[in-house]
Amino acid sequence: MVKINGEHVEAAGQTLSQYLASTACNPQRIVIEYNGEILPRENYDTTVLTDDDQVEIISFMGGG
Amino acid sequence: MNNDKLIIGGHEFNSRFILGSGKYSLKLIESAVKDAGAEIITLAVRRANTQEKENILDYIPEGVTLLPNTSGARTAEEAVRIARLARALGCGDFVKIEIMRDSKYLLPDNQETIRATEILAKEGFIVMPYMYPDLNAARDLVNAGAASIMPLASPIGSNKGLATKDFIQILIDEIDLPIIVDAGIGKPSQACEAMEMGAAAIMANTALATAGDLPLMASAFRQAIEAGRKAYLAGLGRVLTRGASASDPLTGFLRD
Repeated sequence: MVKINGEHVEAAGQTLSQYLASTACNPQRIVIEYNGEILPRENYDTTVLTDDDQVEIISFMGGG
Repeated sequence: MNNDKLIIGGHEFNSRFILGSGKYSLKLIESAVKDAGAEIITLAVRRANTQEKENILDYIPEGVTLLPNTSGARTAEEAVRIARLARALGCGDFVKIEIMRDSKYLLPDNQETIRATEILAKEGFIVMPYMYPDLNAARDLVNAGAASIMPLASPIGSNKGLATKDFIQILIDEIDLPIIVDAGIGKPSQACEAMEMGAAAIMANTALATAGDLPLMASAFRQAIEAGRKAYLAGLGRVLTRGASASDPLTGFLRD
């Protein structure tokens, strides 16, 4: 299981791009922290998720 | 007045109203920005809702500078992490540092804020630290590379106004950076008063988000901030410590 935004998800074996395509996220509007490091967008296609990976998908929200 | 620009980190702004985007509908953002005349809007950085297509960036008009904050951070390291994520989102180098360990009053931690400012300024961020108005801490923030200082007027979200007025005035008088009053400003008259004191700008969110008509309140704040700025530039009239001073000619009218 891959831990994505704090939740365990069956996503091992998929690339990040494939996983993102299964969500409503616009890749241009997010940033991904992959195992603690910010991942450049050009690496989404080549990064294959494996069990125990930690993925944070981050975006802007309203705030003061 | 036309040349009266707000300059932060080498960037020029005509508006002195920094608008928060929290606690209200995304659909109101565009009119809030327009009616506030705002050129800077703050945003938070959070885990994305992966089931939601809607994104706040789709509602912010072109040309508005984004000011991501580090809310949620309790240490300098957490703030640095959030700031780097914000910059990786590709919307510029501005960051508003917010570090709070106290969850009841949400007061900023000045020491951690100074540490984060130093790290992020070295990385090329335009750092705008939110702080408790303390002169020594403000001087440390200047030395750490801050681009402005953002002292709180009263606890965040309280709408209680200029509770720290005397200490903000000290910062305005002593610190050679734009002093932007942030947090607690609840109504336009308070924003106007802070501007009359010489604040460089006002940041507000809750005062608008909890108002009956958000865009109308945005417009009221805009006018109050502009009026306060003009009054500051004009130089306020003096206050007598006692007595009175006639504003009519002192020549006799009907009597010799």
